[in-house]
Amino acid sequence: MSADAVAAAPPPGFFSRLADSEEWLPRILLAPAILYIVASVGGPFIAALVYGLTDVSISSTAVHFVGLANFRSVIEDPGFHRALRNTLFLAFVSQGLVIVLASTLAIALQRDFRGKWWVRLLILLPWVAPISLGSIGWLWMLDSIYSVLTWMLRWAHFLGPWDRVAWLGRPNLAMGSIIGVQVWRTLPLATVILLGGLSSIPQDIHDQAEIDGARFWRHLLQITVPLVLPIQLVAILFGFVFATTDMIVVWVLTRGGPYDTTQVLASMAFFRGIDGGDLAGGAAIALFLFPVLAIAAVVLLRVARRTEVT
Amino acid sequence: MAIVETKALRKEWGDHTAVDGVDLAVREGEFLVLLGPSGCGKTTLLRMIAGLEKQTAGDIVIGNRIVNALPPRERKIAMVFQSYALYPHLTVAKNISFPLRAQGMPRAQIGPAVEKAAAMFGIERLLHRKPRQLSGGERQRVALARAMVREPDVFLLDEPLSNLDAKLRTSARDELQQFQRKLGTTTIYVTHDQIEAMGLGDRIAVMSKGKIRQLGPPQEVYNEPADTFVAGFLGSPPMNFFKRGDLLIGMRPEDLLPRSAYSGGGGDKLVTVKFRVGRIENLGADNLLYGSLTDLAPKERFIIDVPSAINFPVEPGKDYDFVIKASDVKFFDAQSGVRTSPKPFWEKS
Repeated sequence: MSADAVAAAPPPGFFSRLADSEEWLPRILLAPAILYIVASVGGPFIAALVYGLTDVSISSTAVHFVGLANFRSVIEDPGFHRALRNTLFLAFVSQGLVIVLASTLAIALQRDFRGKWWVRLLILLPWVAPISLGSIGWLWMLDSIYSVLTWMLRWAHFLGPWDRVAWLGRPNLAMGSIIGVQVWRTLPLATVILLGGLSSIPQDIHDQAEIDGARFWRHLLQITVPLVLPIQLVAILFGFVFATTDMIVVWVLTRGGPYDTTQVLASMAFFRGIDGGDLAGGAAIALFLFPVLAIAAVVLLRVARRTEVT
Repeated sequence: MAIVETKALRKEWGDHTAVDGVDLAVREGEFLVLLGPSGCGKTTLLRMIAGLEKQTAGDIVIGNRIVNALPPRERKIAMVFQSYALYPHLTVAKNISFPLRAQGMPRAQIGPAVEKAAAMFGIERLLHRKPRQLSGGERQRVALARAMVREPDVFLLDEPLSNLDAKLRTSARDELQQFQRKLGTTTIYVTHDQIEAMGLGDRIAVMSKGKIRQLGPPQEVYNEPADTFVAGFLGSPPMNFFKRGDLLIGMRPEDLLPRSAYSGGGGDKLVTVKFRVGRIENLGADNLLYGSLTDLAPKERFIIDVPSAINFPVEPGKDYDFVIKASDVKFFDAQSGVRTSPKPFWEKS
């Protein structure tokens, strides 16, 4: 073919030029996600920041800037102190239990046995169920008259035939119940994450440890745990964030009672801001969680990056 | 004295038999190679000796003790895996000291032992690094150092060179043999690479389908194969076979020489064959001639390996006379594949 016969290719249309553009295509594809995040997270967050500095309430017609007055009054409120303590107590205790239980479960589930698939499914079920429905289920199970737990304790002769337990009516029992439900709810995710981490360790490493003479505890603590630790941290941080921000379990089971002994920051912010109409006070309480969660998020991202590298 | 012995050792997975009644006696200080294609059961055999796999039947004896019921840590063995299985979160020093710590060795003795092992493999300067900061060759040395640091009775090596590139593999092979000679530790080495097996082993056990087909020194296994499997598995290019009556005749490609180039001498009885050249492959050091034996087996493909050092110009399509020593012609039973006594077909005519 001679050079004269070479014709210029027809110019591409607008859309195919766009699809080939390395400059614009990524921006266009990312735009919906960014808009969504700004609208659903950024907007409310800024609103909360602004509310926290004003005297806005549901019924107010005029809004005044009050500086840090809301935060000051929240800090002076003994109820807030108790809610903060409860939040941290709930998060640490429930996640501590989750770490131990999830590790045990994951190591057990890694073995081959009959019906393993069904056991895995059953363990994952609480995660699949909506939190509110699960919590309502627990509300019935913890009922002071019809509680199936009380019935089982009676059957096992831990309780007399006419004894009753006010699971949600006494401060310590109520907190214990909430922790129990929180563990029930976050355990599946932690177990699944850990199972993934465990199965990413090559079998050769376990065989080598066995050859090298490591017994159960040395094998577990010096080989298995350090190798799943980066992934385990992700599970712990997720669980911690869920446990500190969740209010559904508290709201469904106790509404913060009895006598506000199970009130957590998230439920307190809700009761004051939404139920009580004090938007500014609710926003100030909610914002106290922010530094804690921000640190958790930063740690989470760093850990996630480190696991990518190795 | 046999230091490792297996007696009628079997391993079955469901209806698949991975190891099918292996009797093997490894001598003290010996370098024994288990050689075979993938899936022949050699790794399973090694893992059973290590105690990582429980045998279906049979006994394992290590140093006069039946170890069937003992876990790996009580068998006085060390193993190096194909992947090296270094603990990724531990430094080289901690990797090497791990078996010592697991044994409960006093802390004061661990440091010197690790240094001695590291010095032996020339990895002292790597002691503070993590495995991911090491090259393939360095990882292999760390794995070997970790294996020898506890002075086991037996080394078990599962294809420890196959993750190295070709050039490194040659030097690593040489080093490995030197270490083994120096330590004098009984070693069982699994590989599918016949060059490694020939180069390293005091003896080679050739395995196929869960059975040991032949056990002997490399030269013996190569020169006097027990059956067609061993004859065909060892050697590259493989031994030529052609059928004659109820026999299979085997000739190694490098055992044939151009008649014109044969210098004679030695008084060996020679057999002359006519070879028609089909295609020529120049590999640098060797020329591979693909063709057929026009009078003996005109339909079967036949390969002759002529060293480039022999100046022997050939042209495709032409016939040439080649000679082979009568003692280099092997005879096998066509049915069973088992080696039989020579039946010189060339003497009939």
